[in-house]
Amino acid sequence: MTRTGAPRLPGALAALMVAGLCLGTLVPLLRGAGEGGFGAADWAALRFTLLQAALSALVSVALAVPVARALARRRFPGRGALVTLLGAPFLLPVIVAILGLLALFGRGGLVNDALALLGLPRLSIYGLHGVVLAHVFLNLPLATRLILQGWLDVPAERFRLAATLNAPVWAVIERPMLARIVPGALAAIFALCLTSFSVALILGGGPAATTLELAIYQAIRFEADVAGAAQLALLQYLLCGAAAGLALGLAPGAMGGAGLGRAVERWDAQGRAARTGDALAIGGAALFLLLPLALAALRGVGGLAELPPEVAGAAGRSLLVALGATALTLILALALAMRGGHLALVAGTLPLAASGLVLGTGLLHLLRPHVALATAALPVTALVDALVALPFALRALAPALAEIEARHGRLADSLGLTGLRRLRIVLLPLLRPALGFAGGLAAALSVGNLGAIALFAAEGQATLPLLMARLMGAYRMEAAAGVGLMILVLALGLFWAFDRGGRTRAAA
Amino acid sequence: MRPTLAALLALAAAPALAQDRPVLTVLTYDSFTSEWGPGPAVETAFEAECGCDLRLVAGGDGAALLSRLQLEGETTEADVVLGLDSNLVAAARATGLFAPHAAEAALDLPVDWADDTFLPFDWGWFSVVGRADEPQPKSFRELAESDASLVIQDPRSSTPGLGLVLWIEAAYGDEAPAVWEALRDNIVTVTPGWSEAYNLFLEGEADLVLSYTTSPAYHLIAEEDAGYVALPFDEGHYLQVEVAAKVASTDQPELADRFLAFMLSEGFQGVIPTTNWMYPAVTPSAGLPEGFESVRPATTLFLAPEEAEALRGPAVEAWRGALSQ
Repeated sequence: MTRTGAPRLPGALAALMVAGLCLGTLVPLLRGAGEGGFGAADWAALRFTLLQAALSALVSVALAVPVARALARRRFPGRGALVTLLGAPFLLPVIVAILGLLALFGRGGLVNDALALLGLPRLSIYGLHGVVLAHVFLNLPLATRLILQGWLDVPAERFRLAATLNAPVWAVIERPMLARIVPGALAAIFALCLTSFSVALILGGGPAATTLELAIYQAIRFEADVAGAAQLALLQYLLCGAAAGLALGLAPGAMGGAGLGRAVERWDAQGRAARTGDALAIGGAALFLLLPLALAALRGVGGLAELPPEVAGAAGRSLLVALGATALTLILALALAMRGGHLALVAGTLPLAASGLVLGTGLLHLLRPHVALATAALPVTALVDALVALPFALRALAPALAEIEARHGRLADSLGLTGLRRLRIVLLPLLRPALGFAGGLAAALSVGNLGAIALFAAEGQATLPLLMARLMGAYRMEAAAGVGLMILVLALGLFWAFDRGGRTRAAA
Repeated sequence: MRPTLAALLALAAAPALAQDRPVLTVLTYDSFTSEWGPGPAVETAFEAECGCDLRLVAGGDGAALLSRLQLEGETTEADVVLGLDSNLVAAARATGLFAPHAAEAALDLPVDWADDTFLPFDWGWFSVVGRADEPQPKSFRELAESDASLVIQDPRSSTPGLGLVLWIEAAYGDEAPAVWEALRDNIVTVTPGWSEAYNLFLEGEADLVLSYTTSPAYHLIAEEDAGYVALPFDEGHYLQVEVAAKVASTDQPELADRFLAFMLSEGFQGVIPTTNWMYPAVTPSAGLPEGFESVRPATTLFLAPEEAEALRGPAVEAWRGALSQ
């Protein structure tokens, strides 16, 4: 990257801060880790973490291939909406998704009611298969987008050529393309599933279905065993670091999803069998993704009448935390984007290796001797949420900033606009849409995130996701659904408000 | 939009509004504070005589209370912790976070209890509870061989869960890991606390649940439903004594002592049998309700606090090891 007049010092400071938080939290963990070594149950948690992540990645990708192929070669009304929807689960609060899945697959859910009508035994959603089911639900859309991108990157002419030559499209075009794309998609989903907390907390069934992330939480909240938690956190850190590195190395880099709009004319897929197959793939995926969400929303409307009195305070805290996290994410991302280069890249990737609970455990170690847990709960949650959202916000901001610099950089240089004046006069006004989008992303992620807050919260400090998890634990599903609907509305509303705010002011 | 936002922010920021009366914060387990638990009656009765505001704060199940207090240390807001049990007393004492009580009372416990810090408020025998019209195994071995499903609690966060681990330890000793091994395929899930497990059982997710010999009395008296039974086990039943203690760092020591004295009076003990469904530490003048005397087990298993503490770590590890395979 060429050196521009944009301020670079804030970026260096931001990188230092991110590195300090991500790597600095390792120091107390290293020091705090006990000498006890790992017990059988800790190794079992490691095994389960790897097993469920691998299964989740395999199933997600295996199901995504036919869906992506169908989307790549079919044109139908609503295709655009469906592709857009595939981007939405990223913003979907995990805990709301779990509630929807319980409404569909849980004991009193639609699937079990249907099985009971047919006289078949009921299925249980608790345990390994439940965890994998939830992860497939959450990651099938991402897998589909990544693989769809692979299909659409194949020039349309090649399909035409293959058709003219009567060459086997699968062997000549599709299999080599998949061999290139699939490893990256597998690695990305594997990495995301390693840090699963809410899913394992609610759908895991005891020591046999415990992820490392959940074991960290249990060590702290159940046993006050901060040293044991530190040990687990270190293991989790190594694992996530390796997986994130692998995923980045293999990633097809299609997070933006540009150009997913077109379908390619295909001469090899006109037969009735191919058409039926594609219709089934698309219909099945749409049903699998939409039905739980519709059920969650429906139950949520019914649950609004049962909302517990704590909900107003929890909503206020969620909003405060989300706004704090968003502000911090935007400042850090902007500073890093202006700095650019390897430093920004590394600082923007580091948080991917540190999960919410690992960061939370490290901060707990640092703060506990000095500050009351209750005092630290909300600021720490906002800080951790900000770091978790940073890599995504940076990926949204950096390309926009680079484009602005490319277009207006020289003019700004010639006018002597440097430092903060350049930021104020040139960059900020032009960056508004990207800032709005990144801010919306950060706010929505924070509102729906159940992570560090679960470690710190004292009485009367729950955020909406924690309140919802507690209600679900107490089997108060109606009330939980009501809170879930509030989380959903707040997350989507914040995203919409930020995104919209960024765009309208830019136009004015 | 703006006024709502401001109101929400204000709600989030302001902790408690009325501060005119002294506040006594009692940290206790979830089911104690529920609307059908002892909480509401205890709060009304104590506030009528103390001129204070009694805040009952739910902090998960009993064992989670101790770890919460350890994490919060001296910064905790709790003045009294109510809901630890005999198996956690030694660990709780070792934290140094509790102070001796000033109460003196003649306790009606089936075991000797003399402790200057941890004061019993009720007690009971753990039992596997099931439905009257379903198979009823007579021991853990028989349960393990059957295909009955069981929901239990995590011994690290729940006192019944810990009680079960020590029950099997006390009954089987070196064979305990093998018993857990055999029970593994009967256990549907492990919940963090008693409330979650009992709810799952009532919802039909399992045939059996770990609870107390007095649980059927609840269904009999409160719901007039005779469909639940506590299964008498040949091994005997493990006894739990539930205790409360004053937090050493409390800013309301007199009020805390007053609460502990109240805890052993009629106003508290009288509501225990039919709200907490446990045997009161001091038998109230009205005696015990129906379904309490009839379920006294033939054999009582009990580990004194120091013995329980010595076995707790290894027993929980054996449990985790067997169930995590």
